[in-house]
Amino acid sequence: MRAFTYERAKDIDAAVAAAQQPGARFIAGGTNLLDLMKVEVEKPAHLIDVSRLPLKDIADAADGGLTIGAMVTNTDLAADKRVMERYPMLTRAIVNGASAQLRNQASTGGNLLQRTRCPYFYDVSKPCNKRQPNSGCSALQGINRMNAVLGGSDACIAVHPSDMAVAMMALDARIETKGGSKKGRTIPIAELYRQPEGSPERDTNLEPGELITSVTLPPAPAGKQSYRKVRDRASYAFALVSVAAILDIDDERKVRSARLALGGVGTMPWRAREAEQGMAGAIASEKTFATAGTVAVDGAQGHGGNDFKIPLARRTIARAFTDLSAKA
Amino acid sequence: MSQRFLLSRRLLGTTALAAVFAGRFAHAQSREIQIAAASDKPGNIDMQLDVNGETHKLSLDPRTTLLDALRDHMGLTGTKKGCDHGQCGACTVLINGVRMNSCLSLAAARDGDKITTIEGLAEGEKLHPMQAAFVKADAFQCGFCTPGQICSAVGMVAEMQRGAPSAASMDFDAKPVGSVEEIRERMSGNICRCSAYPNIVAAIVAASEGAPT
Ligand SMILES: Cc1cc2nc3c(=O)[nH]c(=O)nc-3n(C[C@H](O)[C@H](O)[C@H](O)COP(=O)(O)OP(=O)(O)OC[C@H]3O[C@@H](n4cnc5c(N)ncnc54)[C@H](O)[C@@H]3O)c2cc1C
Ligand code: SF4
Ligand code: FES
Ligand code: FES
Repeated sequence: MRAFTYERAKDIDAAVAAAQQPGARFIAGGTNLLDLMKVEVEKPAHLIDVSRLPLKDIADAADGGLTIGAMVTNTDLAADKRVMERYPMLTRAIVNGASAQLRNQASTGGNLLQRTRCPYFYDVSKPCNKRQPNSGCSALQGINRMNAVLGGSDACIAVHPSDMAVAMMALDARIETKGGSKKGRTIPIAELYRQPEGSPERDTNLEPGELITSVTLPPAPAGKQSYRKVRDRASYAFALVSVAAILDIDDERKVRSARLALGGVGTMPWRAREAEQGMAGAIASEKTFATAGTVAVDGAQGHGGNDFKIPLARRTIARAFTDLSAKA
Repeated sequence: MSQRFLLSRRLLGTTALAAVFAGRFAHAQSREIQIAAASDKPGNIDMQLDVNGETHKLSLDPRTTLLDALRDHMGLTGTKKGCDHGQCGACTVLINGVRMNSCLSLAAARDGDKITTIEGLAEGEKLHPMQAAFVKADAFQCGFCTPGQICSAVGMVAEMQRGAPSAASMDFDAKPVGSVEEIRERMSGNICRCSAYPNIVAAIVAASEGAPT
């Protein structure tokens, strides 16, 4: 690990001010940043510990939604009664990620900003555009079993690994920030993340030194929710494919509305809006859901090792909605 | 051949028991360390860690993880380093009563926190019920993962009592809280390379049945 200086931020303003120094980074739970610092993929000169900032509350929002402080742990968020009742897909997504120990330590903000698990990103002896701009992408011709089939380019096909973010993508979460050149702003989660095209080293549209202070969930949409994760072992493994699904059907079993977000397959948590629109108004049937699966991975590009993710995603989507419609 | 096998079984058994009984030696050791660590090199940061009820004033390189602080600076080697990357759970300790991976925490970030390691679970000669259950169920082979398993299990029981959900209890075919399947899910953050899982789960089931709910 490279040497660095460390400070604990007294308050939000102090954290944001300290983040102006070159090489400064926030650290929350540290479960991703410290991991990457050990292998010298991340080399911050200065760490600003934000883990004790008073951003640990989950509060009802004025519009009936929920505002989650950036330092709320993954465990506390998953266990919140309002989340379990109103946003059960979020609890499911969180408890299906990492281990209990990690979830106890990890924060909401840190989870959103965790970096890819692409093996070449971690291996400093190999070219990787995300770690070292313009050095090349080793995954394109290499071991790419875990890499993306949606949203990739010749520059990078890294998957964004968060489960929590996939559920938040389906729920249209908004990210609230302080710092950077802005006084403070709200970013829809779909605009938080960016495609690798052009500058794969940037995972998000946040500015350097911009601090996530909270995440707000709008009131829960109508319908039943689920999060289904497919992985190599039953627990404590990243997704091969994950599906966050919301389905609302009427008395005639017609789909009123559907939402679909995918994990494990995209360069960012992936919202499949065309598939959602296609389902609206259709009869809730296996055929409809199979079609939704096909539409969702339209244009997906396999790279050899990860070809299997395309049919797997299709089937997992169909299965998730079929199960939901049986419960609705 | 058979003699070598016997010998190694014995050695392995000793390591496991040392992990379970480590509490007996911890206190005397840590007091000395406290003095030895009170040097301050430039760039070091001062911190105060409350470990197993004793206050340790340390001045350490900011890079020091909680795991390395415990093992290398406080002499508390009961907590193990398996992967150093959050992937195995051998380093699990309780921080303010909550189980976490000490390898992924900076020691400086734990300033003022209350840390319990395997050495701090027993009360004098009296093993913690979870330790006793591990001994009774023969829940270890080499014993390397055992301190982490036990600390994790203690934290897990508290989480169940608080009503924290698990993937197994939230899933489509929900398993009842506290069932064998559910405990396996809750304990998935602790890998056992010897695969002593059946007895580990049996020990935890036995200990959590005795625990107040
Ligand atoms: C073995 C292992 C398995 C895992 N499995 C899964 C899994 O299956 N699914 C899954 O989703 N995740 C998984 N994870 C990842 C885990 O969820 C993340 O490491 C964790 O959520 C990161 O949160 P943190 O608070 O520890 O972040 P940190 O490590 O503290 O920070 C991560 C990044 O976010 C930045 N940051 C943190 N907080 C803020 C803020 N408020 N504002 C601005 N920037 C901030 C930091 O500068 C850093 O760049 C796994 C991790 C490990 C080690
Ligand atoms: S896929 Fe992205 S992260 Fe992986 S090697 Fe290529 S550039 Fe690096
Ligand atoms: S040593 Fe910490 S999880 Fe393996
Ligand atoms: S007993 Fe050997 S690793 Fe678990």
